[in-house]
Amino acid sequence: MRQFSFSDLLFLATALEWTFLMAAIALAFGVPVGLALALARTSGSAVLRTVATALIELIQGIPLLGLLMFFYFGIPVLVGKDVPTVVAVGAAYTIYTAVFLGDIWRGGIQAVRQAQWEAGACLGLSWLQQFVHIIAPQAFRIALPATVGFLVQLIKNTSLASVVGLVELARAGQMISAGTFQPLLVYTLVAAIYFTICFPLTTWSRTLEARLNGAR
Amino acid sequence: MALVEIKNVRKNYGTLEVLKGVSLDVEKGEIVTIIGRSGSGKSTLLRCINALETINSGEILLEGQSVSAKMDGLRQMRQKVGIVFQAFNLFPHMTIEKNVTLAPILTGKTDKQGARKLALSVLERVGLADKLKAYPEQLSGGQQQRVAIARCLAMSPHLMLFDEVTSALDPELVGEVLKVMEEMAAQGMTMVLVTHEMNFARNVATKLVFMHQGRVWEQGDPKTLFANPQTPELKSFIGHHAG
Repeated sequence: MRQFSFSDLLFLATALEWTFLMAAIALAFGVPVGLALALARTSGSAVLRTVATALIELIQGIPLLGLLMFFYFGIPVLVGKDVPTVVAVGAAYTIYTAVFLGDIWRGGIQAVRQAQWEAGACLGLSWLQQFVHIIAPQAFRIALPATVGFLVQLIKNTSLASVVGLVELARAGQMISAGTFQPLLVYTLVAAIYFTICFPLTTWSRTLEARLNGAR
Repeated sequence: MALVEIKNVRKNYGTLEVLKGVSLDVEKGEIVTIIGRSGSGKSTLLRCINALETINSGEILLEGQSVSAKMDGLRQMRQKVGIVFQAFNLFPHMTIEKNVTLAPILTGKTDKQGARKLALSVLERVGLADKLKAYPEQLSGGQQQRVAIARCLAMSPHLMLFDEVTSALDPELVGEVLKVMEEMAAQGMTMVLVTHEMNFARNVATKLVFMHQGRVWEQGDPKTLFANPQTPELKSFIGHHAG
């Protein structure tokens, strides 16, 4: 048995990189897909609406853990060759992020009155101009708290990647705890690190909300 | 050729027919008021003119061009037709200046430098040049409606449509909006209004249209019709709105 030491702290810091990397991948790919889903769900085309709704309902009905398992164990079987862990896990987080943000933003877009689209159309603006200049800024303001709320969830949920062997923050904590027999210390530290990342996000969200509301 | 030619237009929502063959011409420079009970189809007719509603049969021509939601150049057509709504529909996240200049900038009617001058000139016309930096919710209903009018004017429209623009206003704010509209009329703007303002219909309009049950029931010179309605329906309508 060994004592918790400085090298363990470094280990946690390295593992934290994976936590951030997973969140970054999820956002980099999930945000554009989520926006596309939100637009599809609010579009005039029944086909697009149905497809997007079905996808959102389906994925939201599957636990994130199940998604991770499917992409990590299932996809290699389907495609017949190994898929790198980062790709499999990244894909699972991307689709998870896309459907939840898609649904949150769909709500934001629908909360903007239809008359706002109409006012833009009557001034001769294109659909894209109406969305970018008139609808999106208002929808973003409405959806901001829920969006940041999801971001916090996402960062905490990267811990689930530990089950498929990715050594991110939670998994690193588990390993150190097993080595040092100091679970209270180690897990408190891990929890404190998660909190240190997430708390500023919610604070920032509140500041942003206040500022956006002020400019109105 | 009339600026707007409405030819035998029919429109239904499901089995409910709200326009039962409406024909109406609007000449350049005319001020046409459409009056009638709620449900008579007057707002629907107005919204058909810039293709906010699709028609089931008949035809609407604007400057000789057939209007529909599927037409080529729908956006170009709408840039020529201003519409003001009962509920103002300003953009709440933008300053008054931005509200007024958004469309002229995006459609290439002005550049960013010219936009400020344009905003000032149209806001001056509605008496709100000092509100450039304000947001819509900081203004009264009457002021917001005047901004909505200025927003249309900034596009130099050939035709202005007004859909019950004073109906959502407190009574003491109606006058300031009507005054702006009277000034526009005096400057030669072609205007079509759906309104309950009988004084405006009588004194400012050049043509009065009374709609009843989805049809143009009577139309003609406002003073003549008010003094001498030909149908019992118009007579009773005027009776209810007298004074």
